Amino acid sequence: MSTTDTQQTPAAAEPRHGLRLLVIWLILSLAACLPIWFLWYPHMPPGRMSSSARHQQFDIAILAVIAAPVVIGVVLYFVYAIVVWRAKPGDDSDGAPIQGNTAVQATWIIGTSAIVLFLAVFGTVELIGPAGAGAGEGPSPIWTLAGTKTATWTPGGKDILEVQVIAQQWTFSYRYPQFGGMESVDLYLPIDTPVEFHVTSLDVIHSFWAYQLGVKADANPMVDNVAYTTPEQLGSISVRCNELCGIWHAAMYNYGHVVSQTAFQSWASGVQAKEQADGLLAALPPYSLTYDPTVIPQLGSNLVKVVGVTGAAGYYYPSNYPVQP
Amino acid sequence: MSVAARAAALIAAFLIVVGAGVFVAFYYIGSATTQLTTIHYAASGGQVSVVLQEDPSNNTATKPDWVSYYTQDPTTKQWVHTTLFSIPAGTKVNMTIYGYDGCTPLRNNYWSQVQGTIGGTVTVQQYSKHNTTLGGPKTESLINSWADCNVAHTFAIPAMGLYVPVASPNAQNSVNNLCSSFPCTPTSGGAYSLETFSFIAPSHTGDYRWQCLIPCGGGYLDGNGGPMQTLGWMTGFMYVVPS
Amino acid sequence: MAIEVQPERAEPTGRGPEPAGTGRPWWLRPGVHTGLIGAVIGYLLGHFLGNFLAGGYSRSALSDANDVAIVLGYALAVVGWLAGLGVFNDLFGLMLGRPLPEEPRLYGAEDPGLAKYFRYTLDHKVVGIQYLFGMVTYFLTGGLFAMAIRAELLSPSYHLIGPEQYLMVVGEHGTMMMMMMSSVILGPFGQYFGPLLIGSKRVAFPRLEALGFWLTPAAYVILLSALMFGGFPTGWTGYEPLATQATSGMDAYFFAFGLMGISMILAGFNMIVTIINYRAPGMRWGRLPVFVWSMFMVSFLQVLAVPVLVGACYMGLTDRTFQTAFFTNQLGGSSYLYEDLFWFFGHPEVYILALPGFGVIAEIVAVFCRKPLFGYKIMVAGMFGVTILSWFVWQHHLFDSGINPDMRPLFMLTTELISIPTGFIFLVGMGTFWKAKIRFSIPMLFALAFYFNFLIGGISGVFLSDVPADTTEHGSFFVMAHFHYTIMGGLIFAFFGGIYYWLPKMTGIKLNETLGKIHFWTMFIFFNSTFLPLFALGMMGMPRRVFEYARNLETLNDWVSISAFLLGVSMLIFLINFVMSMLFWREREVGNPWRARSLEWQLSTPPPPENFKRVPVILSSPYDYGIKDAPPVADLNPPLGVIGGAYSGAGARAAGVEA
Repeated sequence: MSTTDTQQTPAAAEPRHGLRLLVIWLILSLAACLPIWFLWYPHMPPGRMSSSARHQQFDIAILAVIAAPVVIGVVLYFVYAIVVWRAKPGDDSDGAPIQGNTAVQATWIIGTSAIVLFLAVFGTVELIGPAGAGAGEGPSPIWTLAGTKTATWTPGGKDILEVQVIAQQWTFSYRYPQFGGMESVDLYLPIDTPVEFHVTSLDVIHSFWAYQLGVKADANPMVDNVAYTTPEQLGSISVRCNELCGIWHAAMYNYGHVVSQTAFQSWASGVQAKEQADGLLAALPPYSLTYDPTVIPQLGSNLVKVVGVTGAAGYYYPSNYPVQP
Repeated sequence: MSVAARAAALIAAFLIVVGAGVFVAFYYIGSATTQLTTIHYAASGGQVSVVLQEDPSNNTATKPDWVSYYTQDPTTKQWVHTTLFSIPAGTKVNMTIYGYDGCTPLRNNYWSQVQGTIGGTVTVQQYSKHNTTLGGPKTESLINSWADCNVAHTFAIPAMGLYVPVASPNAQNSVNNLCSSFPCTPTSGGAYSLETFSFIAPSHTGDYRWQCLIPCGGGYLDGNGGPMQTLGWMTGFMYVVPS
Repeated sequence: MAIEVQPERAEPTGRGPEPAGTGRPWWLRPGVHTGLIGAVIGYLLGHFLGNFLAGGYSRSALSDANDVAIVLGYALAVVGWLAGLGVFNDLFGLMLGRPLPEEPRLYGAEDPGLAKYFRYTLDHKVVGIQYLFGMVTYFLTGGLFAMAIRAELLSPSYHLIGPEQYLMVVGEHGTMMMMMMSSVILGPFGQYFGPLLIGSKRVAFPRLEALGFWLTPAAYVILLSALMFGGFPTGWTGYEPLATQATSGMDAYFFAFGLMGISMILAGFNMIVTIINYRAPGMRWGRLPVFVWSMFMVSFLQVLAVPVLVGACYMGLTDRTFQTAFFTNQLGGSSYLYEDLFWFFGHPEVYILALPGFGVIAEIVAVFCRKPLFGYKIMVAGMFGVTILSWFVWQHHLFDSGINPDMRPLFMLTTELISIPTGFIFLVGMGTFWKAKIRFSIPMLFALAFYFNFLIGGISGVFLSDVPADTTEHGSFFVMAHFHYTIMGGLIFAFFGGIYYWLPKMTGIKLNETLGKIHFWTMFIFFNSTFLPLFALGMMGMPRRVFEYARNLETLNDWVSISAFLLGVSMLIFLINFVMSMLFWREREVGNPWRARSLEWQLSTPPPPENFKRVPVILSSPYDYGIKDAPPVADLNPPLGVIGGAYSGAGARAAGVEA
C-alpha cells in the first residue's frame, strides 16, 4: 500500500505490513469459512424441517461465510496494529501524518458496496423463491406456493392446506377451513404439502413463530397475515408467541406435529366428526379470515352485540351516546 | 471540602442509595406472588378436592369493581383472596367451582367445549338466590356461551390441555339476582352455579399457570386487562408438588 | 459565521457581573427543593382536576382507575417542578416589564461550592456536569433492573418474581436505557465541550439547554413511579393495543417517554443553532472536530425524529384516557399505525444512540495514536450517510408484521446500504492506526473495545437486515444481542472512554488508573461473555421478554446470568472509582495530560466561566499531529482588531484567517 509519508524510514526495509496482513487474513478466513460451510451449515438453525427453514438455513450460512472474513479482517488488523505500532515506552513523538489515501478509500468503498449489493440481491432472491421465506406477508401475499386450493383437502395431490392460526390472550388455536372449519388446540400438518397459514388475533398483537418450520407471522386483530411453507420432514415442532402480549406471553406456546398425509387426513376428519357430533361446529362462528369478537349475531335478543370493546358489558362509550361505532 | 465533610457526604449518599434499594426490594419481594398466599391441598386416598369460586366484584378497598376468583382453604373452609394453590403430583383432582358471576360471551366460542377433564364433561347444578336448586344436575360436554346467558368464566390450564367453561346463573332471570357481599357464600343472597369436574394431576412437579378465557376485565380494552392479567384475581398458578 | 457581537468588550472585568440574589439564603433561592415542592403541589392539583373531569367515565368506574387523573397529575407536576426550579422566572419577569439581566449564564457560575448544580443554572458547563451525574444515575438504575432480569432467567421453572413483576422489570430496564441514554453523550460531553470545541463563549439558547436537563429527572421519577401503579406490560416499545389495555402504569411510560422526547428536542435544537452560528473565526466546517460533527448530526435526528415519538405517545395517552381509537382495529384505528410511528422514531433513535459514540471514539483515537484522522472527510461522510439513511430503514423492525410484501426488498436494500457508511467509521479508525504511535491509556482501551463490539453488533445487524434470516431471528435473543452489542458495546463503552478522557478537564480530577484498568478489563470480558451467547440463544428459539424458556437452554442462560452479575460488579468498580476519586483521592490534574491538540485542552482547568477571555481565532485542524511546525489549533489571545478586521476582509487577508 502506498502512503504519503513525509518522513522517510531509515535504510532498514519497512516490513510490508499490507502484504503480511493480507496473507494472514486469507489463511484465517479459509480456516473459518471451510468449517462454517462444511461442518456447521448442516446443523445451523432453524434446521431443514420445512422448505422455508431450509432456505433460511442456507441464507444464514451464506451470511456467515461472508461475515466471517470481514470480522476476522477487522479484528486481525486491530490486533496487528496494537502489536506492531505501539509506542515504545519513553517515545513521545507523533505518528506519521497520513491524512488519507485515495486508493485505500476507494477500494474500501467499492468493496463494501459490492458485498452489500450482493447481499441485497441474494436476500431478495431467497425471499421470493421459497414463497416469502416463511415470513408473514400480510393480507395480500405476493409470493405464494404452487398448488391448488380446494374446498376440501385430499392427500396425494398438490392441494394447498389452509390453516388458520387464531392467537388470543394467551393461547393459540387452529382452524382448518377445509375440514368444515373445525378448530383445535393441536397443530397437525401433513408432510410434503404446501401449507398456507392465515394468522390473525382476537385482541392484541401476538406473533406465530413455528421455529422448526421457519414461519413467523404477526397476529394483528382484524388483519389476516398469510405465510407459506412446505413441511419436508416428520417430527414435532414448537410454536411460541413472539410478540409481547401481556402477562402470559412467555407461557403462550404449544407443540405441533408433522405427520404423514394419511395420518393427518384421519386425524383431521376425526376431529371434524367429533366436533360435529358435539354440536361445537354449529356453535363456532363461520370461518372467516378475521373475526370481530364484539359482534356475535348468534346471540338472541338478549345480547345482540357485546357492547363496546371493553368486555363484561363495559362500555367504550356509554349506551346513552347516540352513535355506537 | 474538608475530609470530614466529604466523608459525611459519601456516607449520606450511600445510605440514600441503600435505602432506596431496600425500598425497591421490599416492594418487589412484597409483590403479588409472595404477598399472595398459596393454598395447599393435601391428598387423601390419591384424591384431592380443590374448591374455587368466582365473584362479580370483591371486597378489596382499591379495586372493588374487579371480578375475582377466591380459593377455599381446605382446613378452615374460609375463602381466601388468592389464585395460587398446590396439589400433589399424580393424584386425581376433583375440582368444585362456585359460579356467582353473571354471563359474558366467550371471545372465541371454541372454549365452550369441555376439554381435558375425565370423561370430557362437567356437572352443573344451578341454585337460585334463595339457595334452592333449580332443576337437576346436568352433565355437559359443551356449554355454548353464544346460545344463551349461561357461561361466566372459564378455568383453563393450557399446558395440560384443560379448558373448562364455568357456568353462570342465568342473570336474565329475576330468580337469579347476583350476590352483593363478597366473598359470596351460598346463603349471602345471590344465585350461583355449582360445577364439578375431575382431572388427573401431572406426574411430574412444576408450575402450571391457569387463566380465564372470557374477557371480563370491565373498563379495559378487549376485556383482557385488569384482573385478567393480575395474579390473585382471574389468573393464577397451580403448583404441582411432590406427593 | 457569526461571532461575538462586541468582541472587544467581551473581556470581563474582575470577577464578572455580580450574580443576582446572592443576598438571599440558599433555601429561599429557587432550586431542587422548591422544585420538589412545586411538583407535589402540581401533582395533587392535577389529580384532583382529573378526578373532577373523568371520575364519572364508565371506564373509570369499571376499572377503578382514573387514567385522566394520573396523566393530568403528571403534567401539572412537571409544570410545578419547572416553576419551582425557577425556569419561568425570566419569562414572567419579562412579562412584568423587568429587564433581563445582562449575562444570565454567568449567574451563580462563579459561586464556589456545589449549590449551583442544584439550581437552574444557565452555564453550559454546569449543565454538562449535571447531565454527567444524572446519566450515571439513570444508567446504574437501569442496570439494576437488568440484574433482576438475569436473576429471574437463571431458571426456566423456578420463578423469583411473578410474571407481571418480570414484565415490569423488563419494561423499566429497556425504557430507562433507551429513553435516557439518548443523551448520555450529548448531555455530559456535548453540552460541556460543544461550545469549547468550536471556540464559543456560550450556547445559543442557555435557558433551553438547562430546561432540557431539568426535564430528565422528572422523566426519571415519572418512569419509576410506574412501579407503584403496577408497571407496564409492553416492554420499551409500548405496542398498541396492549398499551391501551394495560393498567395505570402505562400512563407513566407514555408520559415519561414524551417528556424525555421534549428534552431531546430542546437539546438538539440548541446544539444545531450553536454549532452553525457560534463557531469562532477560522473554524471552518472542514476543521470542525469530528465530535462536534457527530453532535450536529445527532441534533438533526433528534429535532426531526423525536416529535414523531411525542406524537405517538400523545395519541397513546388519548387512547387510554379520552377513549380515542387511533390504535384500536375494531373501531377503525390500526395497530400498525402505532408500530410505524414508533419505529419511524425508533430507528433514528438508535442512530441517535450510535453516532455520538462514533464521535467520541474518533477524538480519542486521534489523540492516542498521535496521528491525524485517516480520511476526515470520509468520517464526516460516513456519519452523514448514516444520518440520512436512518430515515429510510424503519420497516426492518416490521418485516414479519404483515406489511405489504413488496416493501420488504426495498427496506432490505436500504438497511444493507446503511452498513456502507457505518463501515467508513471503521475505515477511518483502521487507517488512523496504520503506522501510529499507540498509547494504551484507559480511553484508548475503551476505543479499541468499541471497535470490537460495534463490529460484532454491526455484522449481526446485517444478518437481521436479510429478510429470510430475519424470519428466525426477529423478536428473539439474537436481536437482543445485536442491539446490546451496538448500544452498550458501542455507546456505553464510548461513554466510559469519554469519562476517563474528559473528567480531568471537567473537574480537574483524574480517575484512579488501577481501578480504571480493572474496570475496563472486567467490563470488556464480562460484557462479551454475557452477550455473545445470546446470539446462540436467539437462534435456538428463545423469544424476547420471556420469563420461562425451553429447558435445554438453561445452561447457556445460567452462563449469561452469572456473567451479567459480574458485569454488574464491574460497574460497581467504576462507581467506587468515581466516588472515591472525586471525594477522597482527588488526584489533581489541571494540565493537558493527554497532550491533545484540540481546543478544550488548551484552556485552564476548569475553564473560566466565560470559556475564553478573548474569542479565539482558529488556525489549524485539531488533528494535525506529526506535521512539522504545525501551528497550534487556535490563537487564544488574538491581537486587538483581528476580529473586526476579519469581518472587513482586508484584515482577513492580512491576518491570514478566513472571514
